[in-house]
Amino acid sequence: MQEVLTGATEPVLSVRNLTVRLPGGADRENAIQDISFDIGPREIVCIVGESGSGKSVTAQAVMGLLPKRDLVVTGGETRLQGEDTTKATIRRLRELRGTRMGMIFQEPMTALNPVQRVGQQIAEVLEIHTDLPAAEQRKRVLEIMRAVQLPDPDLMIDAYPHQLSGGQRQRIMIAAALILDPALLIADEPTTALDVTTQAQILRLIKEMQSRRNTGVMFITHDFGVVSEIADRVVVMQRGRVVEQGTRDEVLRRPREAYTKMLVAAVPSLVPPKRAPVEGKVALEAKHLSKVYGKRTFFNRKARIVKAAQDVNFQIRKGETLGIVGESGSGKTTVARCVARLIEPSDGEILIETVNVAHLPERDLRPYRRDIQIVFQDPYRSLNPRRTVGQSIVEGPINFGMTYEKAQEKARELMGLVGLSPDALDRYPHQFSGGQRQRICIARALAMGPTLLIADEAVSALDVSVQAQVLELLDNIRKQFDLAVLFITHDLRVAAQICDRIAVMKNGVVVEHGTTAEVFRNPQHEYTKALFDAAPGRDFGVQQSVA
Amino acid sequence: MGGYILRRVLSTLPVLAIVAVLVFLMLRLTPSDPAAIIAGDYASPEQIEGIRERLGLNEPILKQFIIWISGVLQGDFGESFFYKKQVAELIGERLEPTLSLSVITILLVVLVAVPLGIIAAHNHGTWIDRFVMGFSVLGFSIPVFVVGYILIYVFAVTLDWLPVQGYQRIREGVGGWLLRLILPAMTLSLVFIAFIARMTRTSVLEVLNEDYIRTARAKGQTEIKVLIRHALANAAVPILTIIGLTVAILIGGVVVTESVYTLPGLGLLTVDAVLARDYPTIQAVILLFSFAYVLINLLVDVAYTFLDPRIRY
Repeated sequence: MQEVLTGATEPVLSVRNLTVRLPGGADRENAIQDISFDIGPREIVCIVGESGSGKSVTAQAVMGLLPKRDLVVTGGETRLQGEDTTKATIRRLRELRGTRMGMIFQEPMTALNPVQRVGQQIAEVLEIHTDLPAAEQRKRVLEIMRAVQLPDPDLMIDAYPHQLSGGQRQRIMIAAALILDPALLIADEPTTALDVTTQAQILRLIKEMQSRRNTGVMFITHDFGVVSEIADRVVVMQRGRVVEQGTRDEVLRRPREAYTKMLVAAVPSLVPPKRAPVEGKVALEAKHLSKVYGKRTFFNRKARIVKAAQDVNFQIRKGETLGIVGESGSGKTTVARCVARLIEPSDGEILIETVNVAHLPERDLRPYRRDIQIVFQDPYRSLNPRRTVGQSIVEGPINFGMTYEKAQEKARELMGLVGLSPDALDRYPHQFSGGQRQRICIARALAMGPTLLIADEAVSALDVSVQAQVLELLDNIRKQFDLAVLFITHDLRVAAQICDRIAVMKNGVVVEHGTTAEVFRNPQHEYTKALFDAAPGRDFGVQQSVA
Repeated sequence: MGGYILRRVLSTLPVLAIVAVLVFLMLRLTPSDPAAIIAGDYASPEQIEGIRERLGLNEPILKQFIIWISGVLQGDFGESFFYKKQVAELIGERLEPTLSLSVITILLVVLVAVPLGIIAAHNHGTWIDRFVMGFSVLGFSIPVFVVGYILIYVFAVTLDWLPVQGYQRIREGVGGWLLRLILPAMTLSLVFIAFIARMTRTSVLEVLNEDYIRTARAKGQTEIKVLIRHALANAAVPILTIIGLTVAILIGGVVVTESVYTLPGLGLLTVDAVLARDYPTIQAVILLFSFAYVLINLLVDVAYTFLDPRIRY
């Protein structure tokens, strides 16, 4: 049927031999080189690739939004309903944007103007491109807000972005992009920043809207789960080139190129592997752990109180990985920070051996600081850019009395262990890729000789192929050092692969807790079930592990 | 919001109280004698002593303070040693030139600096940007009195377009009033234009990298509207903060500018009062200045809520 659709009608977008040059000094000459693909009406084409593959540059080239000084189209064309947008004047481009091509972005939190009412931001498109009077504009805005299923449009139209949830903001973006029924919708990672349940709703909405309005969609993503959920056809990009394209099933089930095969294989399966229960000594135990933010005072009796974590109980044995899974705001990071004593819990106990460190003052806490180390989510921001990685790694051990020479020697050893050259210790963080930086963060944590390693979304910012390697590294060091690992993640696939046991959190409460195999095979709590249902590309994961 | 404003206004009281005590103490601790100055060079010690007695300067400091502060609390700032007038009346006369100068300067600063900053940010990295920034460095580096005299030399002495100095009351004609304020306002505004243009450029540049700017462009919005409606609206809070500070610093700046242009405002009054050790006048003027500072800060904080809906008190 796909062939019938695309064959019978002219494509809404036809990219031919598009080449965009990078500024001098980049790692390659062209951001994208000689790429060609078509998008038909009512068709969703997923552009998949890892970071730096040129997917977003492609989208910006079509929209005419490339930063002029840095990125220049040097060849090829992007024909939008026959009209080449790379050669259009800026005036013509402005006419086309919003009317024939609309775009939505990754971060709904930042993609809306924070000081303007959301209704106004949707109406802006009408104001630019039509002569509709204000009253008519408002009517149209309310209509489209209803169409994207926003609750209570009459109230929400006058709200500001910060008063809306992430999913609602993305709906506003979609409404603004689609209000004039453009032929092409470009969606640049539109669900990456959203929780899985919200992601599932937004994906459904995009699908519904485009099929009702005959919109062709260029859907940029790095997530194969999403691809398997939404794509009609798939274009795989690597380092600026198209490596493979075809229908969804061709690319996902029978990839031809080695790169595609590697990418597909790197996606963690939703089916957990068999794991023997860990019998080691208990490294850390949390009892009735709670954290409450906000406090009512005499002057502020209506202050908001947030129970970020309530009555959380778990123990982690040496050599064991406990996963805490949940959506944003579930309290999983709060628990991690309490355990690491970066913040003080409001109530409850954190037992290391037999000592309760939950409320120790900083002075008495110090000896325990080295027992618990954290690796954070964003490797770009968790290393001090002004210090060499060597300095970052030896800092902790030296603080705890190790001599410089000894710390340096240990750092060299650890660099080897995490798969980096010991000679790289003199370099600065910006000279490393994201995956390498995360390895450095792991080396830094290990330098302290911890008994518990907390990984707070430690692989979430990484590309799938890199993610797989870092996960393997984490698993290896766990075995080698008999480490207890507290693994915080929102990603069910990752959790399935690395965790021995899983605690599912929602609104500060652990709703389900069991071995990974049990939780995945037979989830008990409604919320856990909903999470699994929302995971994109469920069939894709299952297929994979069976194959 | 109402409660917030009330709390803020109440919180100014301790500030003003501390200022009052400090000013009073500092004046009494300076090694000079107003009575001697009033009496003149040929006065006998008895005459000076008589004046001291009359002004109440022989009382213990605490008693002097209580007399003064209870007067202030009833709205009576005392009589000037030097001008032989009620201080309140004196300040009333001098308020108009200073207010006129400040308001015109601020208008000039905002109307020139903000567009300049936006233009520089929009043309980031081009010669326009470098020109604006170069001008801005120049504006910082030249002292106010040098600028003042250069402008007088060029526009008043050489070209004879504007009067050299002096002031005309607004009720005697808006034209003459404005004409006499142009040079002082230009002098005073230069450094602030430089400063605010730079700040505006930085804030707008930062905002121009935000995702919602890209969103606006993706809707087909024109560049000018992207700059004003989306960029400037979001850069407004830091810019306003600086403008608020500017107003505060301006009050200090008028002291110099009014001296250069002999404008009969509060700045000149302050200088004269200090030279004459005119305690009641100095105390009153400084209290007034600090009250103005506090008030401006409050206004700026309240204005934030109108510029950014995320800020609520």
